[in-house]
Amino acid sequence: MKTLTLAAGLLAATSVVADTPVLTVYAPDYFTSEWGPGPSIEEAFEAQCNCDLQYSAGDLLPRLMLEGDKTRADIVIGLNTDVTAKARASGLFDPHAQDNTALDLPVEWGDDVFLPFNWSYVSFVYDATKITSPTSFEDLAKIDGKIVIQDPRSSISGLALVLWVKAVYGDQAEEYWARLAPKILTVTKGWSEAYGLFTSGEAEVVLSFNTSPAYHIVAEEDTTKQAAIFSEGHYPYFELVGKVASTDQPELADQFMAFVLSDAFQSLIPFTNWSYPAAQPVSEWPEAFQVLPRPNAAVMYSEDEAEAIRKQAIEEWRRALSR
Amino acid sequence: MAPRLVPITAGLVVCGLTLGPLFALIAHAGIGGSLLAADWAALRFTVMQAAVSAVVSVILAVPVARALIRRQFWGRGFVLALLGAPFILPVIVAILGLLAIFGQNGLLNIALAEIGLPKLSIYGAHGVILAHVFFNLPLAVRMVLFGWQAIPAEQVRLAHSLGLARWTFFQVLEWPMLKRVLPSACAVIFVICLSSFAVALTLGGGPKATTVELALYQAFRYDFDFEKVAMLGMVQMGLSLGAAMIAISVRVPVVGQGLDRSISLGDTSWPVAVWDAAWISIALAFLGLPIASVVVDGIGGLWDLPKSVWPALGRSLWMALISSALAVALGAALASRTGEILATLAISMSGLVLGSGLFFFLRAWVNPFDFALFVTVLMNALMSVPFVVRILRPTCEATAQNYGRLARSLGLGWPAWGLWVALPRMRRSLGFSLGLSAALSIGDLGVIALFGSAETATLPLVMYQLMGSYKIEAASGAALLLMMAALGLFMVFDRWGQNARA
Repeated sequence: MKTLTLAAGLLAATSVVADTPVLTVYAPDYFTSEWGPGPSIEEAFEAQCNCDLQYSAGDLLPRLMLEGDKTRADIVIGLNTDVTAKARASGLFDPHAQDNTALDLPVEWGDDVFLPFNWSYVSFVYDATKITSPTSFEDLAKIDGKIVIQDPRSSISGLALVLWVKAVYGDQAEEYWARLAPKILTVTKGWSEAYGLFTSGEAEVVLSFNTSPAYHIVAEEDTTKQAAIFSEGHYPYFELVGKVASTDQPELADQFMAFVLSDAFQSLIPFTNWSYPAAQPVSEWPEAFQVLPRPNAAVMYSEDEAEAIRKQAIEEWRRALSR
Repeated sequence: MAPRLVPITAGLVVCGLTLGPLFALIAHAGIGGSLLAADWAALRFTVMQAAVSAVVSVILAVPVARALIRRQFWGRGFVLALLGAPFILPVIVAILGLLAIFGQNGLLNIALAEIGLPKLSIYGAHGVILAHVFFNLPLAVRMVLFGWQAIPAEQVRLAHSLGLARWTFFQVLEWPMLKRVLPSACAVIFVICLSSFAVALTLGGGPKATTVELALYQAFRYDFDFEKVAMLGMVQMGLSLGAAMIAISVRVPVVGQGLDRSISLGDTSWPVAVWDAAWISIALAFLGLPIASVVVDGIGGLWDLPKSVWPALGRSLWMALISSALAVALGAALASRTGEILATLAISMSGLVLGSGLFFFLRAWVNPFDFALFVTVLMNALMSVPFVVRILRPTCEATAQNYGRLARSLGLGWPAWGLWVALPRMRRSLGFSLGLSAALSIGDLGVIALFGSAETATLPLVMYQLMGSYKIEAASGAALLLMMAALGLFMVFDRWGQNARA
């Protein structure tokens, strides 16, 4: 019977204690952990909302799709651009009702449903003690070292890379992958495995973000891990927040969406999420982020283009790397 | 000896918790979707690597287990405990441990460079198999060990006093035991390897090493194609049940009777001693070195651990205790041929199929996400049942065969049988089962990744969160803590079992 008591205890723990309105935010695990941005964002928002912000961590969209309009979520934070087409089509989200001109991004943001709250460029991070920086995809195919990438079928950064290569090479993408293949040590399920392989010295280059070195510089005073900036331009990577249509706290949810664009929120991003804030000009970023090398151009498919091209681009990648 | 009702109930529970979610998923989403060329390639690779991994693990387990049962040496208990470790390591930790030895700059390649030989690359199908053998060899060894321990000592002594030649001894006593234990061990390892995902992909070196589990993950996470999830779940189940059927079709009678004296296979000739020592050393190096590297990497990180690991550790510990008790109760009730097949169901399907199916099944009444920990405990228990069944079955059957008639003639009731006859004789395998399932449960990320939340984070989840936030050093510390907790639990139960007087 112990399990029953346990179940009852769990149920009680999730029900609301006081009359304070509760804003339920679905967020990824890393976001809500004590060293992620979640706790400080919760504190800052609760200071102004007279409410109780509660995170519920886990898989975002699969969970939301399973729950449908019975979901308790008011806000979903931490979505990626690769799932926005599906998320939009589900009809589970309301327009974000914020002014997109408040954003400061390398691309024009026309989406009125999903609001980016931080961003960075997908980049190859290398160990500067072992190789010199490649400056283009062609350079990358000639490095004296090995690369670890993520699988586009299971990882968002892996998919971004495949789209990036497709945007740069078009019809020649498969041929480029075939040329790069000998340098690819292996392909991992997600970012963590790949980055772990890189930091343990197994590979000289890893697919990550151009803001990754900021962590090593700030937290570890290690300047040997650097992002390679390619002359072809880079694929930007956005993390998004959306307002759930079936929310029972529409005003609180709107207040939170506005809070996302405020300085209080945006200033927390760099050192907790190791990425650029989405609604602050470069001059307001912390210095460690201002001095990070940035590509001079962003290459990116629109949501519809990406959705149309995704299957083919992944298949080309798979064929070239399976040879 | 147990009333029929017990195994039937246990069987229904296991079936309900595995087939139930699958059927709920099919009822909700239908079943369909087509297998693309890439899916077929994945299916072929999945079956191939699982079959080879299982056969290699089991073949290597025989000489290692034989050496361990023949030799008494200082630290033998430690070696046996160490044999439990690889099985419970989180995948990513095990991969990094293996790479410290077999990777690009691992010990092996450093040694090869010293003597002027070219680098060996672990990446490829052989790397996948190496990793799967690393995970599963210890399990196979322990299953074979229990087989040997179930051979009555009287028979061994009789064989010795008859002066049977070594080969005849093998044919008469050991071969029938192996014929019973090996197919079953092989089947369970095959089934575990079927659902391999991160190991296969990372060490396989790229999309050539894609498994069915990846297709499932893709259908679930990106395409929300539950029809295809259901179909791939059926494919996994079909393959697993097929393997389990083949395994139990090898019919072997239980080896003779005895009075439970402990076995002695002592062989004093020195070539045999050298042979055994070699096998023990190889196994120890192969399994121990990657683990040693996990320890070395993690020690520094232990001091960087955030305070949230402690509640997570506590949560993981009690969850492990509950789920191991559940697993052993179910496993003991199902320790039979039919039970073995039923239990295989529990590990045949991906956690994603069970998780999403369970959701559709429960959502009419409750929101399953409110019961994250409860669901995780249940799922972890279920995942351990197939191992428990296989560990308990040889001793269980031997006990029934040896004492069944006596008990019947005495009119011994079911509780008395359990307490006085079965329990003392099965304590060793019960202890191991409890330890193994507790350790398995504590190391498992499983459905918590789908259902988990910050307040309910378990230790493996905290470890992944640390990795995801660049805190690799602290993550290594968490991995070490996890390994120590799992080994600690395992050793406590196993020690309890080893102290069996019988």
